[in-house]
Amino acid sequence: MRITNRKPSPPVAFLLGLIPFLAVLVAYAVASHYRRLENPADKLLPSLSDIGSAFLRMAFEADRRSGNYLLWLDTWDSLWRLGSGMLISTAIALILGISIGFVAHVRSGMAPFVATFSLIPPITILPILFIIFGLGEVSKIMLIVIGTAPVMVRGISQAVMDIPREMIIKAETLGASVWQMVTRIVLPQTLPQLITAVRLGLVPAWIFLVSAEAIASTSGLGYRIFLVRRYLAMDVILPYVAWITLLAFIIDRLLRLLSKRAFPWHHLKGDSL
Amino acid sequence: MSAAPQIRIRDLSMSYGESLVLERVNLEVEQGAFCTIVGASGCGKSTFLRLLLSQETPTRGAIELNGTPIPPEPTPDRGIVFQRYSVFPHLSVEDNLIMASEFEASRWTGRLFGQDRKAAREMVSETLEKIGLAPARKRYPAQLSGGMQQRLAIAQALLKKPDILLLDEPFGALDPGIRADMHELLLGLWEELSMTVFMVTHDINEAFKLGTRMLVFDKLRHDPHAPDAFGATVTYDLPLTNDRESSRPSLDELLPSRPNP
Repeated sequence: MRITNRKPSPPVAFLLGLIPFLAVLVAYAVASHYRRLENPADKLLPSLSDIGSAFLRMAFEADRRSGNYLLWLDTWDSLWRLGSGMLISTAIALILGISIGFVAHVRSGMAPFVATFSLIPPITILPILFIIFGLGEVSKIMLIVIGTAPVMVRGISQAVMDIPREMIIKAETLGASVWQMVTRIVLPQTLPQLITAVRLGLVPAWIFLVSAEAIASTSGLGYRIFLVRRYLAMDVILPYVAWITLLAFIIDRLLRLLSKRAFPWHHLKGDSL
Repeated sequence: MSAAPQIRIRDLSMSYGESLVLERVNLEVEQGAFCTIVGASGCGKSTFLRLLLSQETPTRGAIELNGTPIPPEPTPDRGIVFQRYSVFPHLSVEDNLIMASEFEASRWTGRLFGQDRKAAREMVSETLEKIGLAPARKRYPAQLSGGMQQRLAIAQALLKKPDILLLDEPFGALDPGIRADMHELLLGLWEELSMTVFMVTHDINEAFKLGTRMLVFDKLRHDPHAPDAFGATVTYDLPLTNDRESSRPSLDELLPSRPNP
């Protein structure tokens, strides 16, 4: 049978998915091994066990100076910033996106502005944010909002415009008001796309979070990475990067699960990533 | 009663920019008529239906319903079934059918809760029986066959008891066997509810079988160098009697301007 007509069984699919991860791990272990043969104190590619013990130290040993468990403190602070930023972005995307997508007058008024605003490189606004909001939490959250909201607004308004006109007309012939159409047709049909928009928005959100933390912060995953960089502490940087990736992965999967649970009708046709 | 016609269409024209689609359509339709609309592709059948629905505004002319001009946007007095996208994909079959009463009952949320919703779902049981969807009441439209979806769409379009039911090629995507079942259902509902029906179809046999009156849309004048210069109008207006089977003209006779394939 042709390869395009064959599907792997679930265990085979799982193993196939595991292979690239194992390959990277093995490649690292080999490279690290040979470097440390030349110089046992090599800092660039520390052994996997060194990385493991550094990670455990960050997670389960209180910091000597502050008495905090640094990994959890950093994780909590970063996730709090990320969550607040995405929450605000999502609210903006929903309200503005539906208004732009559903009401032609709002579209004429707001769409060109949102399109222009979304083209500003968000990092260039960061100094302005620091000046206006100071170096505290607000400027970091604002960077995430500014970086993600415009694109999410555009995604949602497009999703609203993609709702077949027939459905809106049908609702009108059933006696729906504008508000009722928003709550019963536009909003429910847009929510799955909203989750997709959040999943896509989280990618740049992490970038802006880490950037803001690297530049001005006293805690957070991004702050820690840029702090220990001074000591060339690859044994901390590498597990932190892996940890951030794992967090991002888990959040993404949870959102996908939420979409499948909450909107089964949306997932009846075809596969989705 | 020999009262005024329910629908009076006067000098109706519709153009999109340079291209004239409909031209000087004049028509009077009695309450309770079943008008089937046929014509070549792109002759403005669907445009005519959209004008009746107020989905679009005519360039010229007027449509009067019971003596008053129709409102400028779709309203519950005119029900519609499209070929596709007629039902709400995010609602189960029964929730598609309680939508109209939900809109009526709750101005702000447009939604019924708890006991009220249960009662509303009970009230549509009879309708579900009639359209044969009672066993599928909890399913989503994407889990239904094409015929089941259109049965649901028809039932939904009739929820507000419209004076006029508009059907835009409702059975175009269905198998012939299922089509015959749909014809039975539709004729039964039409007789029961004594509404006026306009149905656009590609299938001339369907048009003869269902209609009490057949409207043929075609261009009276044709300029081969400027195909969009003239619009279509009603070229034949055939009353269909009970012995519909006899003396049927063919589509070629009805559409002389149609290019030969």
